[in-house]
Amino acid sequence: MGIKIDDICFEYERGTAMQVTALDHISAEIPDNQFIGLIGHTGSGKSTLVQTLNGLLKPTSGHIYYNGEDISGEKFDKKKLRADVGLVFQYPEHQLFEIDVLTDVMFGPKNLGLSDAEAKKRALEALESVHMPEKYYKSSPFDLSGGQKRRAAIAGVLAMRPKILILDEPTAGLDPKGRDGILGMISDMKKNLNMTIILVSHSMDDVARYVDRIMVMGGGKLLYDDEPVKVFRHVQELENLGLAAPQITYIMKLLKEKGLDVSTDALTVEQAAAEIMAHRRELHV
Amino acid sequence: MIKIQKLIHDYIKRDDEGNAAGTQRAIDGVDLDVKAGQFIAVLGHNGSGKSTLAKHLNALLFPTEGTVWVDGLDTKDEKNLWEIRREAGMVFQNPDNQIIAQVVEEDVGFGPENIGVPTEEIWQRVEYSLKTVGMWEHRKKSPNRLSGGQKQRVSIAGVIAMEPKCIILDEPTAMLDPNGRREVISAAMKLNRTKGITVILITHYMEEAINADRIIVMDRGKVAMQGTPREIFSQVERMKELQLDVPQVTLLAHELRGMGLKIPDSILTKEELAAALMGGQTSQNSGLGGDCAKKEAAHGDQN
Repeated sequence: MGIKIDDICFEYERGTAMQVTALDHISAEIPDNQFIGLIGHTGSGKSTLVQTLNGLLKPTSGHIYYNGEDISGEKFDKKKLRADVGLVFQYPEHQLFEIDVLTDVMFGPKNLGLSDAEAKKRALEALESVHMPEKYYKSSPFDLSGGQKRRAAIAGVLAMRPKILILDEPTAGLDPKGRDGILGMISDMKKNLNMTIILVSHSMDDVARYVDRIMVMGGGKLLYDDEPVKVFRHVQELENLGLAAPQITYIMKLLKEKGLDVSTDALTVEQAAAEIMAHRRELHV
Repeated sequence: MIKIQKLIHDYIKRDDEGNAAGTQRAIDGVDLDVKAGQFIAVLGHNGSGKSTLAKHLNALLFPTEGTVWVDGLDTKDEKNLWEIRREAGMVFQNPDNQIIAQVVEEDVGFGPENIGVPTEEIWQRVEYSLKTVGMWEHRKKSPNRLSGGQKQRVSIAGVIAMEPKCIILDEPTAMLDPNGRREVISAAMKLNRTKGITVILITHYMEEAINADRIIVMDRGKVAMQGTPREIFSQVERMKELQLDVPQVTLLAHELRGMGLKIPDSILTKEELAAALMGGQTSQNSGLGGDCAKKEAAHGDQN
């Protein structure tokens, strides 16, 4: 089922001289079990869009349907929506506060009104899903490394058992290994828990590597909504939007310009290496 | 410009009552010599000591043991404090934490005003600084109407207005979109190349380090590797061990070598990769006879 976004608009400071259109007639479907990358320059409307999806912001016009029900409807259960659509903000580790990791992760489910036993069960599952080593369960969250803190914070949202998990730049400020670790973990979560993941990211390389579909925002509009290979064919348009293509795309484009007849669709190092080798074999065998 | 000798830094852990409950060594015997006008990139995983090191360079932290000299001034000596902080300016990760004024030009003028620069000269410095980072046309704007990359450039302008000899950027692009990242890195490069300001760039993005004169890799509070970008990034396996990475083009070249292609192990740019691949192709072809040449000709016809 999932979410259906039907022609929504959102204006900040509506009706004042400061009015800013943040979302300009957006329509899209977010089905179950899909890994989506949401990209766009600072101020393109990404964050506003994701906040409308779990009811933190109400569109000024248009409708959002969750499993067929209008989320602005009077009878609609907002609390259920917020549990089902989990939102992990930027630098989520700043929201850690409890005395130990396990208690911190239990906070969300307890807030949903679950018993201690049930909250603990969910917290343990969530910590396992984020590959948190068990020896840290009783540590203070503040003694963990940057990458581990972020895992603990994501577990806190995961323990609510969301069907759709939105992560706003989950790898900002992490070192390369931490980055790969978090993205690999998110990818595993998607596979094992059949969730839909929306990854808001400024890293084209990360998005190219992991997601099934890319949504590109610019000036409040949804400009592209397609599979990564197709979106990254629009290199010039993406650059005009203050974005870029993955580094690999630029490499392949240059090789082609220099006369090497390779496809420029490769998005990862592995794909590029395979493409170059295939091209070689074609020439020399 | 900067000289560090046997630097050790211990953070003191405190319990709930504020009593010292142990120490954690963040810098463990670092020696370093940075010459004026160099562009240095510092890499290292989270917790490797990069940021702690950076904070020693403008006397935000003081050595537990060892000595740090900035332009010959010992950071331990309290009377040097303000001189050091003026000479070595710092830009942090989050642009929103560094901008204080309501208008861009006032923000840039804040530093010089604080140290008693005459008004006329403040305005000259503001103009010069904002032009250097390409933000002059935005001088009358409110900082909160700017993009992340623009805010970071205003932060850099604020440092330039202090007429520093050295600027330390601690992950200045971590929160920025691709365009913002390009703007900030090219502003830093320009400062170094055209104004001769020493730049120390701490980053997690390997490709931002390829134009540095020297790369320093930190691990567990020590300098694990140092050398030119080519020397450092040719050691792909070692970098992975240190929880780091190499630029994607270097990684691609490395993979291709692993698959048997003869290309150098120190490719840093896509142009170098293209040259290596094309060069290899022509030399290989020249050594090969009839069939292959024909096949290539046929292949060419298809285009």
